[in-house]
Amino acid sequence: MSAPLLEVRDLRTWFPVRGGVLLAARGQCKAVDGVSLSVWPGETVGLVGESGCGKSTLGKSIVRLVKPTAGQVLFNGTDLASLPRRRLKPFRREVQMIFQDPADSLNSRLTVGSMLEEPFLIHGIGDDASRREKALELLRVVGLPPAAIDRFPFEFSGGQRQRIGIARAIALNPKLIICDEPVSALDASIQSQILNLLLDLQERLRLSYLFIAHDLAVVKHVSDRIAIMYLGHVVESGDGEEVYRHPRHPYTRALISAVPQPVPRRQRYRQVLSGEVPSPIDPPPGCPFQPRCPHVQSVCREQRPPLREVGGSGLAVHTVACHFDL
Amino acid sequence: MTSTATNSAPARGEVLLDVQDLAVEFDTEAGRARAVDGVSFTVRAGQTLGIVGESGCGKSVTALSILRLLPQPMGRIVGGRILFRGQDLATASMETLHKVRTGQIGMIFQEPMTALNPVQRIGKQLSEAILLHRGVSARAALEQSIELLGKVGIPSPEMRVGEFPHQLSGGMRQRVVIAMALACRPALVIADEPTTALDVTIQAQILELMKALQDEMEMSVILITHDLGVIAETCEDVLVMYAGRVAEVGPVEDIFERPSHPYTRGLLESIPRLEYPRKSRLRTIEGMVPALMDLPTGCRFNNRCPHRTGRCTAEAPTLDPVAGAHRVGCHHWRGLPAWAEPAA
Repeated sequence: MSAPLLEVRDLRTWFPVRGGVLLAARGQCKAVDGVSLSVWPGETVGLVGESGCGKSTLGKSIVRLVKPTAGQVLFNGTDLASLPRRRLKPFRREVQMIFQDPADSLNSRLTVGSMLEEPFLIHGIGDDASRREKALELLRVVGLPPAAIDRFPFEFSGGQRQRIGIARAIALNPKLIICDEPVSALDASIQSQILNLLLDLQERLRLSYLFIAHDLAVVKHVSDRIAIMYLGHVVESGDGEEVYRHPRHPYTRALISAVPQPVPRRQRYRQVLSGEVPSPIDPPPGCPFQPRCPHVQSVCREQRPPLREVGGSGLAVHTVACHFDL
Repeated sequence: MTSTATNSAPARGEVLLDVQDLAVEFDTEAGRARAVDGVSFTVRAGQTLGIVGESGCGKSVTALSILRLLPQPMGRIVGGRILFRGQDLATASMETLHKVRTGQIGMIFQEPMTALNPVQRIGKQLSEAILLHRGVSARAALEQSIELLGKVGIPSPEMRVGEFPHQLSGGMRQRVVIAMALACRPALVIADEPTTALDVTIQAQILELMKALQDEMEMSVILITHDLGVIAETCEDVLVMYAGRVAEVGPVEDIFERPSHPYTRGLLESIPRLEYPRKSRLRTIEGMVPALMDLPTGCRFNNRCPHRTGRCTAEAPTLDPVAGAHRVGCHHWRGLPAWAEPAA
């Protein structure tokens, strides 16, 4: 294929910040502030960043759970960002979402069976018998016993519930799944089971993923390309291996060095960042990272560095938003 | 200053806390559940013991038991001894316990918002901790609070003492909780997932801070976490728990370089590592942690273990010495294949 499945262009999602007696808008929370990225058929793009960087808002803006303020979300060439709600329905089949805590995203009053049959019902596919057949098939694909079909979400463990969430997401043969922290609520031994399942399904069903998480090791493991977000902006992107081996942005470097490694007494350089992430309601002038950056210069406080190419080519182009070559 | 803590502190490396055969039960709707069953470990002066395991393995219950903070009336210690400087905290009087809680053992919880009083200024809360066990004036206590806040890396502490917890970020709140735990210059700090709710760059700051304070104040630390990376980088000794029992215990190098319990091995193999090739399949531990009301007989890991034999379902393993202080609760540890550093 020679075209991206998903192309996000200069996307902005701003929320009004209200206050006072009349709840008048007093400012804007720029959760996502000019993000561009693409996802090609069959690939996984990983989106990493810490709380408040806008990664989840970006995911929700793509599937239109949140209406973007500006920019485009081109899915197979159609701009979902500007599409009226009623015309979104066909795209809901093609773009699905998996959430962090399946306990919150599954309807606790529906059996697993009725939850899995619902997508077919909504889109008018098949009859009762064939829908139940489909639900059983989905359970098998995600590794749950057929008996699960008549049970309720609370009867399952966290890992099993995430399997149900995945089954529901793949029910309608989507092309793209937005995975928003799909394993961060799970214990280590269950996390690896779910990651393997997502990798297997990608191969079998030719799925594309936008994989959003705060855990760099997890994101790097499942992704072809990764993008690092900070305060509403992408600060670095490229081939996952390349970004990990040769990080160019000071934030990416700090993030990599902060990941605790399961190797005792490893002597390694750790760059501990001072300070904290500024608020997206009142972002600093210039580069979003400058208040914490160990290499900050006066230009950083005045101009926001654009994403520029520093290596690689084509899909694997390595870009970084920093004024300097570190 | 009631400094029993600093005056009679044992020399570095000596045993400060000795937990022997601890057993804890909870009354639940489904009946009585034994959340901790025969857990023994020691904490040495000036060192860090990590307790690692997955949800429900009993690591937090073990920590709460040390200060007898189990939820009442459901939870209780039903066996074992908790020897802290020779005193058995499991049976100590409330008076003794109060002294230990306010002057010798500090506690840091995962979610700082639940540990702080939301409607009281930070300075007031910190002063209270200081006033409780030091005969100083309120003004002096406030001054010491400011000093403590500076010590845990809070910028402009003289302004922050007048603020409420909600005005601080998560990382700053956790620093306040650490300051409170340190207010009494404890000999031992129990930290229950202190960085789990924090971002990784903030986690690095907090772990660094704890390490520096530990060295400066010569404290011991019990660090409870599910993160093997955090354990490897901060602890001298490790206790691996599974379903309320000790799977394996020993010096951190031994546990990571010669893991001898199939569960420890499974955990080490299942975490994705930055150096793995992308999209390689991870090793997994089949199945899931059993419910406390529905534990397998014999070894509690047997229903997920690739090395299970008849003996594992018939008989619970005892802790076998591997080498030095490294001990493992597995019938078959000698026969396991040689351990190779995981590479997916």
